[in-house]
Amino acid sequence: MTNSLTKLTISSALDGLAKGEFTSRELVESHISAIEKHRDLNAYIVDTFDSALKAANDSDSRRKSGKIGLMEGLPVGVKDLFCTKDVRSTSCSHILDGFTPTYESTVTSKLFSSGAIMLGKTNMDEFAMGSTNTTSHYGSVKNPWKRKGDATELVPGGSSGGSAAAVAAGLCLGALGSDTGGSVRQPAAFCGVVGMKPTYGMCSRWGMIAFASSLDQAGVFTRSVKDAAIMLEAISGHDAKDSTSAPVEIPQFSKIFADLNIKGLKVGIPKEYRQDGMPSEIDTLWKQGAEWLKDAGAKIVDISLPHTKYALPTYYIIAPAEASANLARYDGVRYGLRVEEKGGSLDDMYELTRSAGFGAEVKRRIMIGTYVLSAGYYDAYYKKAQRVRTLVSRDFAQSFEKVDVILTPTTPSPAFAIGEKMDPVTMYLNDVFTVPASLAGLPGISVPAGFSAQGTPLGLQIIGKAFDEETVFKTAAVVERAAGFKGIV
Amino acid sequence: MSQIIKGNTGDWEVVIGLEVHAQISSKSKLFSGSSTLFGGEPNSQVSTVDAAMPGMLPVLNEECVKQAVRTGLALKAKINHHSVFDRKNYFYADLPQGYQISQFLDPIVGEGTIIIDMKDGSSRSIGVERIHMEQDAGKSMHDQSPDSTFIDLNRSGIALMEIVSKPDMRSSEEAMEYMKKLRSIVRYIGSCDGDMEKGSMRCDANVSVRPVGSTELRTRCEIKNLNSMRFLQQAINYEANRHVEVYESGGKIAQETRLFDSSKIETRTMRTKEDAHDYRYFPDPDLLPLEISEEFIRKLREDLPELPDEKKERYIVNLGLSPYDASVLVADKKTAEYFELVAKGHDAKMAANWVTAELFGRLNKSGHDIENSPVSAKALSGLLDLINDNTISGKMAKDVFDAMFETGKDAATIVDERGLKQVTDTGAIEKVIDDIMAANQDKVTEYRGGKDKLFGFFVGQAMKASGGAVNPQALNELLKKKLAA
Repeated sequence: MTNSLTKLTISSALDGLAKGEFTSRELVESHISAIEKHRDLNAYIVDTFDSALKAANDSDSRRKSGKIGLMEGLPVGVKDLFCTKDVRSTSCSHILDGFTPTYESTVTSKLFSSGAIMLGKTNMDEFAMGSTNTTSHYGSVKNPWKRKGDATELVPGGSSGGSAAAVAAGLCLGALGSDTGGSVRQPAAFCGVVGMKPTYGMCSRWGMIAFASSLDQAGVFTRSVKDAAIMLEAISGHDAKDSTSAPVEIPQFSKIFADLNIKGLKVGIPKEYRQDGMPSEIDTLWKQGAEWLKDAGAKIVDISLPHTKYALPTYYIIAPAEASANLARYDGVRYGLRVEEKGGSLDDMYELTRSAGFGAEVKRRIMIGTYVLSAGYYDAYYKKAQRVRTLVSRDFAQSFEKVDVILTPTTPSPAFAIGEKMDPVTMYLNDVFTVPASLAGLPGISVPAGFSAQGTPLGLQIIGKAFDEETVFKTAAVVERAAGFKGIV
Repeated sequence: MSQIIKGNTGDWEVVIGLEVHAQISSKSKLFSGSSTLFGGEPNSQVSTVDAAMPGMLPVLNEECVKQAVRTGLALKAKINHHSVFDRKNYFYADLPQGYQISQFLDPIVGEGTIIIDMKDGSSRSIGVERIHMEQDAGKSMHDQSPDSTFIDLNRSGIALMEIVSKPDMRSSEEAMEYMKKLRSIVRYIGSCDGDMEKGSMRCDANVSVRPVGSTELRTRCEIKNLNSMRFLQQAINYEANRHVEVYESGGKIAQETRLFDSSKIETRTMRTKEDAHDYRYFPDPDLLPLEISEEFIRKLREDLPELPDEKKERYIVNLGLSPYDASVLVADKKTAEYFELVAKGHDAKMAANWVTAELFGRLNKSGHDIENSPVSAKALSGLLDLINDNTISGKMAKDVFDAMFETGKDAATIVDERGLKQVTDTGAIEKVIDDIMAANQDKVTEYRGGKDKLFGFFVGQAMKASGGAVNPQALNELLKKKLAA
């Protein structure tokens, strides 16, 4: 029983609970055992098993009284970037040592209100800065997948590596992530799970530890597209506490799966995503994806997103700029780490605390961000980047006059070994296909669609129009059905 | 009038611009729901947003936007339909976010004007460059412990308006009048309580000097955080003289930020241009640009009360007051309200005189202000009624007013209690005159012999005999008649 319960999808688990085949308590218990068994993955950095078991009992009683939510009784993982009331929340940074919020983020609050049960906080790159989940203060996460006949430990991708690995390894039915430039979609591709980043403004950022405010957006990891739709519906909605939250009605996403007819759907293939030196297996899968959609009745349209090549440098100006200000509050004064020497000045305390508290990648980005905002450089970097961002958005807007969705690979490579590709620029290139949609605030999903020659997962990305998650889900579901991807669990 | 500093090489003119920080009157802070009440226990009015806890986000308080727009309208300024909140980045222990949310390139209010009224009755128009909204910081307390600094975040996040003038002022006197007028205006419209003691209003002064006749703007120094009118004046005077001395001894003024030491009455360097912060302003991605509709502005404009300049004009044109009296009466909204109650049903000039001379004199002496005056506007109005119906004379009225001021009783009660009713009965007055004439036969003869000056003597005697209770007009008439007989 234990094993089978951790292999379920969200929708099959909901069915089983509804039919009384098992209880939420049993679901939670089997996932706790799975987590205990897979400690080596380092997917979770905080366990909340006691409260999870109690919540499972409460859910089972609720179910008896008929009051059930969208995610009733389902065990989930929560990226450590979300502030969770009375549960340590540090964004996997040393500088937030011991920080335990007195408040619950809007997204987790909605998730728990829908009946979901948190098993623990998942590992991540420090402050969501990274594409390998190796910058966490709590150590690297291991990808549950390995290359065929090769014991090398692979990265799960990042920054939401813990959540992706947990879902892939059956350590929860779904997990929350956050995506700033690809932090949901890229690890989803590396770990062979579905990763959905909705339109900017769909989910409240209130209580999410900020990295880059104009890009940060909550997202979900699941083992099916339909599951992603259910979970996204649970966490979306306007929030007056976030001024950038969109006042839109949230559709019942799960309803669209009743009819997956995409006849006449126009799917754009952007030529700029065909990059030099990209492994042929990525290109092959991309073409395969287009074929699948064509077979299902979609029309494939060649499109151009001419400013694509500027997206990554633009992102690496805007995101660090915002981060340099967002991370200024970690100063050792009010909470988290403080390092000081007797008789030292306030500036000394700042220096000691921030030197000890931030990791190398975070420091690098704070410095880049501080530089691009500095007097004399602002116009050349930050201001220009904002203009390019507008052009990138306009590329998408113009393409979406011709097509309904855009199909691309999620990443330019499969998961690589821990320790490989670790120089910053190579690492930043991981996000080359995910960053443009982030800059434009558009919804994007990564669907596991095939394997590399070495047997590790590859993902395809579907980008949609703003607030048109429904078409994204529908297209993704067609790809999913055609691909027939078989995960680990 | 320019303030001229006589130097050894010639005359120098002072050039001043002010940046006034005015706390917006609102129940809650600019971006959080915390209370803005003054004097709370340290850190008792701090939300997770004000303390910059991880993941917290600012939400703009609409009331603060309204107050900033109303202030702009009161300064006849351009209201910007589109404005942007920026982050001003710097580290300090009482700045929890590590940045202050302010408005840099696109403020909510553009150019406007403040008319200042000088003591000599003249007026000058001072340009306002802009008004922007920003958050206040918390307070660092260095005197609570020998080895620690304590932080009180009650002020953290409170809404401020920064009202920036053009370098249009030419004397410390004008700077002071500018502050007074600005304070008067914000109090009229209720956008700031103008209380400098509580720190609700404070200013930075930019000071430079130039040779008289020159139109150049020389290097300025900014004197930070002047929190009283007196300090403002002292700081400007000191700074202007320092500039002249430096120039005349062949030196150069370095652009810098200076602090005013009120015990030594001098300014000194706080930071030089080289140490100036690079604030790295950029638009706050947590807040959308602020878009204000014409309709929103129109409603606020319609609801604006009569402003001091308009009131002054009305007092001069409609009520016939002198420009000076009008200025004095409109300077403070409460005074104007008091005056208007007193003037109702009475001669405006008489009412103005009673308020500006009699009431103010007594208030000053007793240390009261108009809001807690022992004599209410209604009570003073009652006193004027008694003068108008000849119950008491003007002279008696002043004594009655003294008594009212001391006891808080109304005029009629005091007149009754003390039997102070003015004698208007002709028979009684004639009796007094007859007695005086009988007792001063020699003076009567002299008067009739042509010594007109003695008339005053008889008036004085009559007043003395009656204890001042004789109606002076009636007395004059009857006395003239009797002496002539």
